[in-house]
Amino acid sequence: MDNNKVVSVNNIGKKYKIFNEINRYQTLREKIVDVVKSPYRTLINPTGSKTFWALRNITFDVERGRVLGIIGKNGAGKSTLLKILSRVVEPTEGRAEIRGRVGSLLEVGTGFHPELTGRENIYLNGAILGMKRAEIDRKFDEIVAFSEIEEFLDTPVKRYSSGMYMRLAFSVSAHLEPEILIVDEVLAVGDAEFQKKCLGKMSDVAGAGRTVLFVSHNMSAVLRLTQECIILEHGKMIKRAPSQEAVDWYLSHDYEQGGERVWRADEIPTSAMPFRPIAMRVRNAGGVVTDSLRSVEPITVEFEYQLESLITGLRVGIYLATTRGDFVFTSFDTDEPDRFDLYSDRKPGHYISRCKIPADVLNEGRYVLGTNASVFRSKSYFSDQNAIIINVNPSGAPGMQWSESRQGVIRPRFDWEIVKK
Amino acid sequence: MNQVNQKPNFANDVVTIQPVKGLVPLNLREVWQYRELVYFLIWRDLKVRYKQSVLGALWAILQPFMTMIVFTIFFGNFAKIPSDGIPYPIFSYTATVPWAFFAAALSISARSMLTSGNMISKIYFPRIIVPLASVLANLVDFAIAFALLIVMMFYYHIIPTIQMVWLPLFLLLAMVIAMGVGLWFSALFVMYRDMGYVMGFVPTLWMYISPVVYPSSMVPAKWRLIYSLNPMTGVIEGFRWALLGTSVSVTPMMFAVSSIIALVIFISGLYFFRRMERIFTDML
Repeated sequence: MDNNKVVSVNNIGKKYKIFNEINRYQTLREKIVDVVKSPYRTLINPTGSKTFWALRNITFDVERGRVLGIIGKNGAGKSTLLKILSRVVEPTEGRAEIRGRVGSLLEVGTGFHPELTGRENIYLNGAILGMKRAEIDRKFDEIVAFSEIEEFLDTPVKRYSSGMYMRLAFSVSAHLEPEILIVDEVLAVGDAEFQKKCLGKMSDVAGAGRTVLFVSHNMSAVLRLTQECIILEHGKMIKRAPSQEAVDWYLSHDYEQGGERVWRADEIPTSAMPFRPIAMRVRNAGGVVTDSLRSVEPITVEFEYQLESLITGLRVGIYLATTRGDFVFTSFDTDEPDRFDLYSDRKPGHYISRCKIPADVLNEGRYVLGTNASVFRSKSYFSDQNAIIINVNPSGAPGMQWSESRQGVIRPRFDWEIVKK
Repeated sequence: MNQVNQKPNFANDVVTIQPVKGLVPLNLREVWQYRELVYFLIWRDLKVRYKQSVLGALWAILQPFMTMIVFTIFFGNFAKIPSDGIPYPIFSYTATVPWAFFAAALSISARSMLTSGNMISKIYFPRIIVPLASVLANLVDFAIAFALLIVMMFYYHIIPTIQMVWLPLFLLLAMVIAMGVGLWFSALFVMYRDMGYVMGFVPTLWMYISPVVYPSSMVPAKWRLIYSLNPMTGVIEGFRWALLGTSVSVTPMMFAVSSIIALVIFISGLYFFRRMERIFTDML
């Protein structure tokens, strides 16, 4: 392997079986029954399932000190690629070579035990990430200082606030000092300050001559941090280009049209179970599904999904962002405490969570609607930050008598008063 | 290419990722490199286990001790099961200590891959460390229960002979069996979710085919070699032989058979686990 190439991926492919919910897990009893009933079929195709390639014919190199962005829709194979490179998942074909230690910011807090103290978890988590004890000893003070939890060092982490927990977890991961850093969607979690810290750490890492692989749906972060991007679609690598060119290409090609997004079975990660997204739709004031909307009329966003079993504390929500990736708002269907109490246990069934964005909110332009279904501090079932793109037409909005473009993402109609004294 | 400003440790650290065909190499060197993780996982298990309970280490004594009392009353006094001329309480407790270690190590390691699913699906490390650490963590409980055994030997005025030096070997044998069966079961647990039912009865059945409440001498002599195909026979009779000096019914041949079976289970378990660990993250 060429010494300056730290990551070398050659024709990597990963084939998965498609499980439906019913035979997601086979039982030993069924297996025995199957083998007795039809030994031939059982041995040739053990689960009777179909297969699909989550990733195929992926080939690329990354040189030392480069920051490579990986962009693509949900289900395009980004996470599978990262999992193969971090050796969590074995590829079905092909070969990859990695030079040096791989660290990952998608592993933040992995292996943290709630009963153990902050101090104990630093050592445990460090060891899980592959640090030697001497190395953790050496970096211990730095980790603690970075996480700002000094006074709670000997408190079990179950008593930490989610912010403290995240800071400590991130701090350990950030001090691993890997030769190759993998960052996947950290920008979707944590508060603004935490995100800033993540991005700062990423820049430091890249500045220190290490290599970063960055997966994100946040196009402004991709543009800011990466020099080059690869675009994945349906498991294939369709483009490698300088970031600006790649992002432009992606934004103009990769959205579902018409104000509706329907998720195919192979686009839903198995980790989403028992939450199964079906479709997301945007309707105008007349109830018509469309992506052309008016600023002066209310917009209805609905998210249709199926719960295969009861989820406690579920919140289903929408994100709205500009096409540059800056968030406009986040809103969940159980934001109101009363409704959260009412739906604390969401029973199995077919649901629509519907949200009405009032008139006179959005300025003219293109926006990206995303969705998220999660339980706070516990699990994120499903998230798609680029579900639908919408176009907002400003006709009739405040200030339209002047033919200028207004600054800002919102265009509210405020109560003005002119008082002559 | 330009190699001037390279850190020296980069060059010899190339990891190749590709699908493995055929017999998966065990790669024990890598497990050794991760030995500190083994240590930390054991440390975590012990910390959590003893932190959460007020009685702490007392549980490690209570379980085998109560078992011994129940066995003594029902099997020793009522059923009058012979005990090779040894007082029944210490006869059964000597067996209960290694048996309880084996049963706990087996049931915890069998479930270990599931309980560590979160870690396994996110970070790479040699997977074998997970069941290994759960077996080793049980050694502490074993040591505590064993201390009580020493106290009981004083109480019954049993002076251990030089045979006692063989004891670590029998403990090692118990660990090898627990690890081997644990490897098989932990891999099967990931694949088949109804393994929980299997784990519900296997330890109990296994105990009754092992000489815990009765001596091997109760088994007709012509069946004893077949009887020792259950490798725990070798462990338990080994403990009795090393500590109490009973050896009426047990031949070296039986130990040999038990040891060979233990190794077969262990090595096949290693390969089976290595073969299956590649698809763990697809299943979890």
